Amino acid sequence: MNGLALLIPVALGLGIGALFAFFWALRRDQFDDLDGAALRVLIDDEDDEITTVASAAPHQRAGD
Amino acid sequence: MTVTAIPLDGSVAPAGSAPAAEALKETRFVVPGISCAGCIAKIERGLAGTAAIKSARVRFSGKTLTVTHSAALTVPDLVARLAGLGFDAQPIAAAAAAGGGDRESAELLKRTAVAGFAAMNVMLLSVSIWSGAAEATRSLFHWLSALIAIPAIAYSGRPFFTSALSALRQRRMNMDLPIAVGLLLVTSMSLYETATHGPHAWFDGAVMLLFFLLAGRTLDRMVRRRAEDGVRSLVRQRANGARVRGADGALRWLPADELAPGMAMLVPAGERLAADGCVTDGIGLVDLSLLTGESRPVEARVGDTLPAGALALTGPLTLKITRAGDDDTIGEMSALMEAASQSKSAFVRLADRAAELYAPVVHILAALSFAGWFFAGAGAHQALLIATAVLIITCPCALGLAVPAAQVVACGRLMKAGILVKDGSALERLAGVRSVIFDKTGTLTRGQPVPQGLGALSPLERAALLGLSQASAHPLSAAISAQLQADETTPVIADDVREEPGEGVSGRVAGAAARLGKPRGHGSGTAVIFSLAGWPDRIIRFEDSLHTDAADTVAQLRSAGLNVSILSGDDSAAVERLSGALAVDGIAGARPAEKLAVIRDQQAAGRAVLMVGDGLNDSPALAAADASMAPGAASDVSQQAADIVYLGTGTRQVVEALRTARQTMRIVRQNIGLAILYNALAVPLAMAGFVTPLVAAVAMSLSSLLVVGNALRLGRAK
Repeated sequence: MNGLALLIPVALGLGIGALFAFFWALRRDQFDDLDGAALRVLIDDEDDEITTVASAAPHQRAGD
Repeated sequence: MTVTAIPLDGSVAPAGSAPAAEALKETRFVVPGISCAGCIAKIERGLAGTAAIKSARVRFSGKTLTVTHSAALTVPDLVARLAGLGFDAQPIAAAAAAGGGDRESAELLKRTAVAGFAAMNVMLLSVSIWSGAAEATRSLFHWLSALIAIPAIAYSGRPFFTSALSALRQRRMNMDLPIAVGLLLVTSMSLYETATHGPHAWFDGAVMLLFFLLAGRTLDRMVRRRAEDGVRSLVRQRANGARVRGADGALRWLPADELAPGMAMLVPAGERLAADGCVTDGIGLVDLSLLTGESRPVEARVGDTLPAGALALTGPLTLKITRAGDDDTIGEMSALMEAASQSKSAFVRLADRAAELYAPVVHILAALSFAGWFFAGAGAHQALLIATAVLIITCPCALGLAVPAAQVVACGRLMKAGILVKDGSALERLAGVRSVIFDKTGTLTRGQPVPQGLGALSPLERAALLGLSQASAHPLSAAISAQLQADETTPVIADDVREEPGEGVSGRVAGAAARLGKPRGHGSGTAVIFSLAGWPDRIIRFEDSLHTDAADTVAQLRSAGLNVSILSGDDSAAVERLSGALAVDGIAGARPAEKLAVIRDQQAAGRAVLMVGDGLNDSPALAAADASMAPGAASDVSQQAADIVYLGTGTRQVVEALRTARQTMRIVRQNIGLAILYNALAVPLAMAGFVTPLVAAVAMSLSSLLVVGNALRLGRAK
């Protein structure tokens, strides 16, 4: 019975937590543009200089 | 740096340096050209690089762009800037931009999530009870289930309760009424059982049922929203505003709803009129095909009145606005269309018709089992428990999923083929049609003139003709050039070219005088005359060309047992040629009201009609027909009126949509049959008192899986 008193609130709490996370995401329009979100990962970062330096390094190593 | 520098025009530069406290405006555009991640980045960064624009956000699904900008920046400025980035953009009217549908699907999603959460947790507790939880534990678990289930049912069940209430008020029966009654009875009975420490509570069944039903509805809603997005990205026909010359002579851009009679409107070539107007300056050709269905361009001279929606092919034209807003030609058509669409809302879906029979039967059975057990001496409590079991096992879970599941799969399959189904009941109505009526221009035909008999000309004449026609921007010249270039003719360059608007183009080709222009007295139909010094005058006739698959489509529709006919606003000669070529009945010269009357006649004769059309003049007919389809190139009013919008050229989509609709209805009927079979097995068991919550949970899940599985077959079917 002691186990139940602990586990049931924990299980319900986790469920309610997930539910509120979902509500939050919904309100922030996270599901508004699913196709667009899939494409946005392909967009390079604004800061060109940093990305070119970072991506140039492995190339040099590969060339060595 | 990737931010593209865009030259700001004089009116914008000061606004850019103004303090941020200034009023901000939000404008939405449709940008059909968005097709990849690169486009998103280019637009968002290109626009966000300036101070006058606070934010720019692309929504890829609907191909829309929302810009928050300072009020000093006007819509044409933004359109020009987008054009500078290489994108063609159309502002969306404020009403359309409100997007009420988005909120509706978010609401449904929330209710589904709550029902899902409740179903999972209550089921977890129920499994422990079924596994043999003892007295005190069982009571505790029942109370916990009640605590989770009752608020969840109250929140998630609201769409069903409100819909059932409104059905009751109208003294009608719908699918939601038995669901609402069942839910209420089962919940109160379970609460009573819990309070009296009884062995069985039905909270698990109630929330599971709710979850299944909401899942069906959410899917249905999401598919429709995708289709709406697709249609919205096509809307581009009606100019959303016009350049108006003010008293000081300066040009200002005004949105369509601010235009008023008496204003002077300037329409450049390639733009549509935003209001009805009378030409006061300029001469040019206008394309009225969206309004009249007639493919031939019409010449507009000073004093002519042109309707809103007309496309200026050459220009610019200056017009004095005669009617604007809801009074103009497009507004009139919309009013006619709205009136015509009343009949469609009276359509009762198969599932609701089934519910009309189903609900009374279920409630009578439940009442009978209560009465039976009570008079057999089982006691009121025992009899009520059995009646509850009957209610929950017959609750139309499978029936509620039978239609949406099949529809969702069918719409998904059609969407892949470029056919967007806008309305949930459209497939059902489409499956029942007995007669197909096609508009001519733009649906069966390409809606573009094709010159005839160019092959009969000598090579020298052809070369000269190409040289001359290339020098003109007239649509008929363009059609001649396109045809000759396709035949790989090498042009002789024309010198001294002079184009006289409304008369023709003349010049010298290899020293010989040549003229391509309006013929005098050549009979009906579109034609031009070509004269080259040293050769006889040639008359070149134009005909609208049939889609290559039109004949095939008509044959397939015929073999499916449908009556095919043509209903066109075009002149009778053109319609006769076409109806002769396809061997179908044709009615020519029909005005919008006459088209409507033809459809009403057919409906009165007991034949459900499918109307396929693209023009604004077809929109009342599209709204009145039992089912309607419009191509993606149709006017936006027609696309709104039609149930189904298809992309791409040709007519084979009509056949594909009809075939899928019939298959879908076959599956739906099978599903309803399965649901009835399930009830025929389960109800006697429930009435005999063998059904416990465990049996009900298993039976309900199995029947739902069966129905969904059957619907999924639609996705595979060829």
